[in-house]
This record gives sequence, C-alpha cells and structure tokens, in this order.
Amino acid sequence: MQRSFIAKNPSVLIFLACLALFTLMVTIFSEGFGVGMISTSFVKTLGKTLCLCLIAVAMDLIWGFTGILSLGHFAFFGLGGYMIGMWLMYERTRLIVVESLSQTEIPPTRSEIVDAIGNQIFGVVGANEFPLIWAFADSLFLQLVLVVLVPGLLALVFGWLAFRSRVTGVYLSILTQAMTLALALYLFQNDSGLRGNNGLSGLQNLPGVDASQDVVSLWFLWASAVALGLGYLLAAWVVSGKFGSVIRGIRDNEARVRFLGYSVETYKLMIFTLTACIAAIAGALYYPQAGIINPAEIAPIASIYLAVWVAIGGRGRLYGAVIGAAFVSLLSTWFTGGQAPNIPLGFYTIKWVDWWLVLLGLSFVAVTLFAPKGMGGLVDYWTQRRSPNRHGANLGPNDGAMREQEASK
Amino acid sequence: MLRLFLAGLAILLSCVMATAQEGAIQPLLQEHQAVIAKSSRKTIGPAIDAIANSGLPQAQVVLETWAAKSMWMRKSDGLLFAGEKAEDKSYHLTDFDTGEVVGTFPKKELKQLKPNSGIRAMIGTALVQFQLLDSDRAKRQDALTSIQRDPEAALLAPLRASIKPEPDADLKAQKRRLERLLTIGYDEDTAARIAAIGEMSGDLGVDVRATLNPLVATTRNIAPGTVPNGVNIAVILVPGEDSFSDAEAYDLLVAKGFAPARVTADEMRHRLAENIEGGKVGGVPVVQLDEEEARARAYAALAEAGKVPSFVTSAEIHSALTSYVFYETYAEPSAKVTTAAQSALDKIALKVGVNQTLDLTLDALSLASIYFLAAIGLAITFGVMGVINMAHGEFIMMGAYTGYVVQQFIPDHTVSIIVAIPLAFAVTFAAGVAMERLVIRWLYARPLETLLATFGISIALQQLAKNIFGTQARPLTAPGWLDGAWMMNDVVSISYIRIAIFILALIFLGVFLFIMKRTRLGLETRAVTQNPRMAASMGINPGRVNMLTFGLGSGIAGIAGVAIGLFAKVTSELGNDYIVQSFMTVVVGGVGNIWGTLAGAAMIGFLQKGIEWLNPSNTLAAQTYMIVFIIIFIQFRPRGIIALKGRAAGD
Repeated sequence: MQRSFIAKNPSVLIFLACLALFTLMVTIFSEGFGVGMISTSFVKTLGKTLCLCLIAVAMDLIWGFTGILSLGHFAFFGLGGYMIGMWLMYERTRLIVVESLSQTEIPPTRSEIVDAIGNQIFGVVGANEFPLIWAFADSLFLQLVLVVLVPGLLALVFGWLAFRSRVTGVYLSILTQAMTLALALYLFQNDSGLRGNNGLSGLQNLPGVDASQDVVSLWFLWASAVALGLGYLLAAWVVSGKFGSVIRGIRDNEARVRFLGYSVETYKLMIFTLTACIAAIAGALYYPQAGIINPAEIAPIASIYLAVWVAIGGRGRLYGAVIGAAFVSLLSTWFTGGQAPNIPLGFYTIKWVDWWLVLLGLSFVAVTLFAPKGMGGLVDYWTQRRSPNRHGANLGPNDGAMREQEASK
Repeated sequence: MLRLFLAGLAILLSCVMATAQEGAIQPLLQEHQAVIAKSSRKTIGPAIDAIANSGLPQAQVVLETWAAKSMWMRKSDGLLFAGEKAEDKSYHLTDFDTGEVVGTFPKKELKQLKPNSGIRAMIGTALVQFQLLDSDRAKRQDALTSIQRDPEAALLAPLRASIKPEPDADLKAQKRRLERLLTIGYDEDTAARIAAIGEMSGDLGVDVRATLNPLVATTRNIAPGTVPNGVNIAVILVPGEDSFSDAEAYDLLVAKGFAPARVTADEMRHRLAENIEGGKVGGVPVVQLDEEEARARAYAALAEAGKVPSFVTSAEIHSALTSYVFYETYAEPSAKVTTAAQSALDKIALKVGVNQTLDLTLDALSLASIYFLAAIGLAITFGVMGVINMAHGEFIMMGAYTGYVVQQFIPDHTVSIIVAIPLAFAVTFAAGVAMERLVIRWLYARPLETLLATFGISIALQQLAKNIFGTQARPLTAPGWLDGAWMMNDVVSISYIRIAIFILALIFLGVFLFIMKRTRLGLETRAVTQNPRMAASMGINPGRVNMLTFGLGSGIAGIAGVAIGLFAKVTSELGNDYIVQSFMTVVVGGVGNIWGTLAGAAMIGFLQKGIEWLNPSNTLAAQTYMIVFIIIFIQFRPRGIIALKGRAAGD
C-alpha cells in the first residue's frame, strides 16, 4: 500500500502549520486588523521576507536538489516584479491622468489619455511614447500571465542553450551570472523602455483600492504566505517522487543518470524553468511591497546572496532554504537598519552598519568550511539524523554533488 | 680735416632728419583727422586703410595706441598723440613720429579718442598684417590663431604677403595652410579656389572640413512654378519621395507663408473649448467629444459657421504641393566650387573612415589589453589550477589601493609607481597565500563551494575597503610622462597610459610564459594540476605548489590593479566592474591556456568596441549585446576558442 504524500513528508505539514501560525500572529499584532504591536513597515518587511523565502525554495530546488548553482535567479525575480510593476504603474497613472483631464472643458479622447500616461511615465527618461513591451500593460490579466510567461520563456531559452551544449559546474554558474549582468545592464539604459535606472516606482499603491497601507500590507503578507505555502508544497511534491530521485541523481552523478537512459537535459530544463517561474511569482509579490523596482535589484550580487542564504540554511532541504533566507535577510535588515547596538572598543567603535557585511562574508566562509549542513544541521542534531559514513567521499563525482557531511542518512 | 668731417656728418644728419620728417605719419593723421575724431564705424574704413597701407613704420604703433584708447587729440591744433596719464588729471603726450614726449597737458585741453568695439575689430584686422610680420614669434603665432578663429576675406592678402618673409619653417607651413583655407573660403578667383580645394582634398584636419562644409551647406527653398535661374541648386525635391514627405513639404509651405497652416489636434481642442455654447459645440454635445470623429464633426460645423479657420483638406494640400517646386540651394553661388568641395569632402570622408577604423582598432586593442591584464591572474588560478576565485576582483582593488597608499607617502609619481608595483604584488601575494591556506585548500574538489566561499571573502574585503578608504573614489595619479596622447593625426590618437598598459600586458604574457614553461615552479604547477597524486609521488609537495601558484596569480592581479587604477577610479567596487568580464575572458578563450586568454581578451575587446561603434552613444548596450553574444558563442565552442584536448582537458 502506498503511503500518502503527507505521511512520507511530515516536515511539510509542520512547515505549513508554522507558516499559518506565523501569519495569524502577524495579523493579530498588526496595525491593520489587530492590536497594532507590529508597525506596518515591519509587516511589509515580513511580507517581503516570505517572498525571499519562496525564491530561496526555488534556489534550493535548482541548487540543492539538482546541483546547478544558478547565479541568475534574481533576474527572473526582478522580471516578475517588472511585469506586475508595469500594470501597477500604468493603471495608477491612468487613474491620475483621467482625473486631471476630466477637469478640462473638452473630454479627452482615448489617444489623448494614452499620450498623457506615456508622458507621465516616460518623462523622466526623455521619451513620451509607449514602447512595444508595454502593449499589454493596460490589462491586469495579461500582465499577470506575463509574470510567469516572460521569465519562464527566458529561462527556457537560456536553459535550452546552456544545457544543450553541456555547460556544467562553475561554467554554468558564470554563464548565469553573465545573463543577469546582461539583463541588468540592458535595463539600465534609458531606451530599454522600462525607465532606465529610475525603474518603476509607486508600486505600493494599488490602483482603485482605497484601503490604507496598514490593510494592503496585510493582504500582501497573506498572499505571500499563501504563495510560499503552495510553492513549498509544490517543491516538496516535486522532490518526493520519481522526478525528485532523478534530479538528485543528476546532482550527484549526471553521467550515470544519462547512461540509465534519462534525458538529463530535459530534466534540467524543466526544473530550471519551473524554478524561474516560482522566482518570478515571488518577485511579483515582493516588489509591490517594496514599492520600487530598478535594475540594481537584478545585479549579479543579489543572486549570489540568494545562494548564500540557501547555503547558510542548509542546501538540499527545503525548510533549510526557508530558514536561511528568513534568518539572514531579517538579520541583515536589523544590522543595516542601524538597530543593532554599536560596540565601543575604546580606540574604535564597531558600527554594525559598516561591519555587518564583513561579518556576513566571514561567517559564510565559516559555514561553508565547518558546517556544510548549515542551520538545517541543527534539526538533524535534534532529530538525531547522522551523515552517512562514506570515508570522506562525496555522494557523486559532480561539482554540485552533496558532500558527505552535507548529506543525511 | 676734422672740421670737414664734422660738417659732412652734420649734412648727413640733416638729410636723415629730413627723411624722417618726410616719413611722418602726423600729416596722414591730420588728413583723416575729422573722420578719426568722429569715430563712426561707417566712415572710419578709409582712415584705417590709409594708416595701415601707408607703409610707415609708425603705423603699427598708431593703430595699437588707437585700439588701446590711448590716442589723444590736442584741442588747440588738432594734432594726435599717444597719451600717458600723469598726475592731477594731466597727460604726457608723445609724438608718434619722433617718439619724444611733447609735454604734459591738462585733460581739459585734450580729447581722448575712444573707438567702439566695432572700430576696434577693424583696427585689429588691420593690425594683423603687422603682427604677421612681427619680429616676435609668439605674436606671429597669436595672429595666426586669431585668423584661424575668425577668418575674414580681408585677411587673405596680408596673410599671403607674410608667407615669403617668414623665417620660421613651422610657422611658414601653418601660414601656407591657412592661406589655402582662406583661399577656399574667400578668394574672388573661382579657379584659384578650386585649385585650393583640390590641394586640400586629402587633408584630415578638422579645419579643412570646417572650411568646406559651409560651402556645401544647403537650405530648402520653394518657388512657384519653376526653379528660378541663377541659383546654385543642390537637388530638386519631389514631395513624397525619398526622405521628403508630403507633410514636411506642406510644413515648409506653411513656414514660408505660401499656404494656410493645418489645424493640429491641440488647436482643434482649444477652438472647440472656446466655442462651447450651452453644453454644445457646433451642435455636438460636449460629452460626446471624447472621440476623434465627433470632434471633427463639431469643428466642421464651427468652420461652416465661420467661427474658426476651416480644415485644410488633403486635396488642397495636394494642389498646393503640385503648384510649387521644392529645391535645396547652396549658399555658395558657384556650382564649380560646390562640386569641387563636395568631391573633396567625399574624398576626406573616405580617408576619415579609414583612419577611424584604425583608431577603433587601437581602442579595441587597448581595451583588450585591459581585459587581458585583469584576466591574466585568473588564467593562473582558474585557468591552470581550476580554482574559481570570486575575490579576484578584490585583489585587483587591493593592488589599486596599495598604489594609492604609496602615493600618500611618496609624492613623486614616477618613483611611487615603481615602488607600488612590487609592493602591490607583495600585498596581494600574501593575501592570496593566506586565502589559499585558510579556505581554498579545504575545498579543492568542490568548485561550487569555492565559488561561494571566495564570494564571501569578496564581500568582506569590499566592505573592509569601504570602511577604511570611504566610498568616494581615490586618485591614483599617473606620472607626468604618461599624460597626454600620441596623436597620429586629427582622427587617430591614443593616450600614453593605454600604450603603457598594452606594453604591460605584453610583459605579463612573457612573464607568464616564462614561469610556466621555463621554471621549476611552472613545471611543478603543471604536474600538480594534471595529477596531484602522481606529482606528490614524484616528490613534489602539492600543497606548497598550490599555495605558491595561487599567490602568484593573486600577485599579478595586484599589479594589474595598479595599472587599472591609473585610468579608472579607485573605489571599493573597482574589482566588481571587472570580475564578470575577466571570467568571460578566461572561459571564452579556453581554460588552461594563456593563448586562449589572449584570444578571449582580444575577441571581447574588439567585439565591445565594434558594437560601441555601431551605437556610439550607448556603452551599456554594447556590454549587454557583448554578453549575449558570448552566451551564444559558448553554445558553439563550449570549451572556448582554444580548447585543450586529450587528458589535459580533464575529462
């Protein structure tokens, strides 16, 4: 008799319960619906953190389970944000323009409205006409479809090119990094059609919604929580079945999987595209909470941080990715926000705003060297799961294969 | 005897005095005194010409004094003198002819001549002929520069006259060239102009183009019916053909006042708003005016009622266009000159094109050497050892900052650079060895973990640099002898720093080849890279070799940092700007082969400059397209341009 999915993966249930509890607590303590102990800006930070957890899950799928160290997933994240941002910006500007034009004596024509919106949006980059890529910006539905479609397509094309020519290991990492850099540089241009380095702004205002930010922030928190829950469920389902076994096999010993008759490239392409879509959805939920998106968000360094989160949380386990992303990004906010107390040494005062990155960099090196399991290792310690004894050998010959200390029996 | 001699001397002297009296300028000044005193730009011309062309040596002084507003007229007899201020509102007057002080006079007995700026300019032009022949070389050069800046027809003759007596060869050449240019622009003889154009047609100078371009500049004109005679027509335009659209043609008619303006959408809107009557415009309710069609209807109704100018229909536009002829004319009336100028410009354009290609090639070469310099350290650590070091860019940064710190202690730039280079090598070598011992050694079989761990070091180092040196850019000044550029002509030039970097890149290539092929360390490095166990059993200590090789790669990055810091801003993000390109260079070229890195750098450098040339305003786009190209390139040559074969390839 087959055991049910939940029974095989008790951690999923625990995770979902924790997530639900967390969301409930935040709602109760929020300003919008609860007692007001958590400020709206912190609710937004928590909501954004949930989105980062979601993209970390995607990263764990691609790196922890498939062994592809992609340094380009923030490109998909950013593209998702841009896609939803286009609609938010267009619609909000349209409402403002219609409002101001209705004051005139002659009612505006449709093309006059579109021209005025174009002027409003692209005035900063010295243009006034809508580029082709904004063709669907007036439709929420189409733009939502594009949130998944555009990054998915990019991942599909890029992945097909890369996997087809059997670029693996660090080469693939550098290639994905180059892709992100190319995209960021492209978006930095003023004539890219997405407002150059000004980016899209004012995204926190939902067009046609009168509710205050206190409430809107909670809506986004819930949406992010639901997305994270569903994304986690999907990821857990993907890795638990036969598909999961194949991609784990690819991670540890690609050649053997290929000789067993599996189309390694297809599996890689599928998982690459799937994670790109998940990343895009996370981005589409993140940027309305951040309020602004610009090409700097897509810079290669962001994607490397993503890898850092997953590594610190513990790769190859979904909850590890979530814990890592939440822990590091919240800690980062705490330190860089100036809330951490300075340490006076007498001759020099350590200001955490300046020294946090040094600490993060070094502790990351320490984690890589001394605690390959990351924070997930604490869970293993608690549940008394041990690493297999392979006499120091990795799980496979691949670059992305699990190390002996990383794996659990 | 002596008396006789004295007498003869006296006679001789009186003769000299007499000639001096004959060559006096005062009578000439008196002749034009009324005009000079009146000081009007319209009438002064003959007076200035007379003075300038008098052939008297005093003429220059007179003109200079006049232009400097220090010429004074004695009211009692109307004589003109050079005045110099004495005390108590009185002036010393100096005679122009004798150069002696005539006396000191109170101001009320004198009148100062104050030429206005227009007259001063005329005097200046007249003075040029004297300056062109001045004994002071600097003054002659100044005169030439002023003619270059502000050429005039009147200057042509004095310039021509001054060429022959010019003693300085360099100035003579300049004068000749300028004379040719002025001939093209101002000579009255068409044949001479054409000859001059022909002579200058191979010249790359910007001034030649600046002289020729106004000759072929065109203006658009309209005439009813047929093209008028006696104008130098460049081309006859047919509306609706080529790049001359109907709309453009009609706008031209409107601008020249030959046709009524079309009603624009904006204007229509205004007129409609002005004519709202009881919620309706021309019988159309205002609320319906949110459509183009309704607006047109309302406007037509208004036009019918005569309240607004009526629409210009397309039939009217068409008939207006057919009844006029459109053409472009040259400002220059002579067709022969314009033809010659056009062909000369074409010839120049071709030559400029060739030279620009050369310039672009030099630019690309220099960019390629910068990439090569940035990547050569990686060619050792990543290419030979297979260790991916994301902190490589930070080693470059450390080298640049070392150079900056050295300059704080050694103010002489040449010495400081000579000290900085080995010091930068030492600092980054030590950093590289420390990093290899502490981190990379434990991760040799794990390239992805190495990537992430070195990235962690990279962000820590970057932030550390920010904490120490601040976020603003620090200067790393090149020695004076590296300032400036090597100019081959007006188009091709390359700065000395870039040449130095090119040479440095070549030296590095030599050093790398020497170390890898000719030294014990190189041999051991290659052995350890190919098979560490076998190498170890041969008595090589792999740990030590790895440490030294990694240190060497890092040290070279440090030197590259000094070189890059000389022309780029030294900031904590310096390394970041080069890291991806450096990896690209190594990967595209082919890992494990220095010639591959060279080929990769050359390809990326030339490619980027080539794309920039296609779209010069946008270097961001060039980088974008270059990366996209590289991604596609790797599809076809996944192992780079020069791929290792067999066992050395590692699989």
